[in-house]
Amino acid sequence: MADDTRKTDDVTRREFFTKLGLGSLSIAAVGTAAFSYQYLEPNVLYEPSPVVNEGKPDRYPLDSVTLDVNSGIYIIHSQEGYFSLSAVCTHLGCLTAWKPELGIIACPCHGSKFAVSEQGKVKPGDKIEGPAPRPLPWKRIWLNDDGDLLVDRSTDVPPLAPDSFVRV
Amino acid sequence: MAKTGITKTIGQHFDDLRQTRVWRSIFRSGAGSSTLKRALAIQQNVFLHLFSTKVRTRMLSFSATWYLGTLTLGTFLILVATGIPLMFYYHPSVPQAYADTKDLQFVVSSGLFLRNLHRWSAHAMVFLVFAHMFKVFYRGAYRTPREFNWVIGVVLLLITLLLSYTGYLLPWDQLAYWAITVGSNIASAVPLIGDKIHFLLLGGNAVNANALLRFYVLHCMILPLTAMIFVAMHFWRIRKDGGLYAHSSEPAVVRAQAADVQIPAPRTGGETRSMPADAKEAQ
Repeated sequence: MADDTRKTDDVTRREFFTKLGLGSLSIAAVGTAAFSYQYLEPNVLYEPSPVVNEGKPDRYPLDSVTLDVNSGIYIIHSQEGYFSLSAVCTHLGCLTAWKPELGIIACPCHGSKFAVSEQGKVKPGDKIEGPAPRPLPWKRIWLNDDGDLLVDRSTDVPPLAPDSFVRV
Repeated sequence: MAKTGITKTIGQHFDDLRQTRVWRSIFRSGAGSSTLKRALAIQQNVFLHLFSTKVRTRMLSFSATWYLGTLTLGTFLILVATGIPLMFYYHPSVPQAYADTKDLQFVVSSGLFLRNLHRWSAHAMVFLVFAHMFKVFYRGAYRTPREFNWVIGVVLLLITLLLSYTGYLLPWDQLAYWAITVGSNIASAVPLIGDKIHFLLLGGNAVNANALLRFYVLHCMILPLTAMIFVAMHFWRIRKDGGLYAHSSEPAVVRAQAADVQIPAPRTGGETRSMPADAKEAQ
């Protein structure tokens, strides 16, 4: 008998094709999930460049804090030189505002407050109070060949480091 | 006033209509008010068959449910009916979205009415969903065998909140922009994959043209369709879980009034607590 010669762990033709079919469907399902995920993730973004031109340094008087609303950064001209802070609150992304009468940066959404000048241990950008989890990051700032201040919003630099300032 | 023999009342005309072949091809159960005919009228209708063919009359009293679930469905239907006409005038694009919203408010005939009806119904729906959940919770109507319908209800709560959230961006004003900025930053607080969720939700790093389009598609297509599927499941489960929930601890006088409606206990679920002891043993 043909059946007697068959080992017990042999796979029948029907089982083989069932497994082949289910396996193919599984691979196809995983592939579909992967391609769907990739489809939903844009490869090209039509967003503004992270590098912004902030004009000539003499626009910013000594000891001044200037908010660029469109770029979401501050240009601060201190005794040490020009530096740039992010104006986007580290709590939930609201645009902060410079309060000259208080000498601080404040967020209108949930009341976080940040320093702009060095006072003891407090560095510019550090949180004074409020829910913000991190200080406002310092952004890379430099002069281009035309003598304009450029800021790269995608690059954080260490606070108070010599390279984090522009001296004119 | 004397009537001629030929004159028929409106009711008689309607009865004639119900005997026609066309009517009978649509509503197979036919005329008549026997229990069977009335049950078939529910059971053979694609929309009504989701519901029980019989309901305890006291369950239809206002005090039993405050009609909160039905009112929630009402607001949802208003939102669909007003949302679709709003789509005729609204372009989900950065240069046009805010202007279109203004046009709907000040230029389009009845645009103000439709937009405000959509807005107030959305607020009402969120309120009613919560009120419905509180009523179900404090009556204990979430208990066995209705646990899974409670879970479906929680999913519907989330869909309702997501519909509110995605709709909030569409006017493209300052309020919308910053609300979605804050809300999407909350999403990035999810451990490990938070930033990915933020990126996928907005279709970019900031609330921009891609975010507006994605929220529009979510608001007008994906979320309403998902809601409809879950609403259908929600209603179907009411029937399958033994009908609307009845208190076993309601006053004796109410129970006596309800006794004129004789309904056999549902085969699955129902109130095991009010079942006689011998019936329990028989199970």
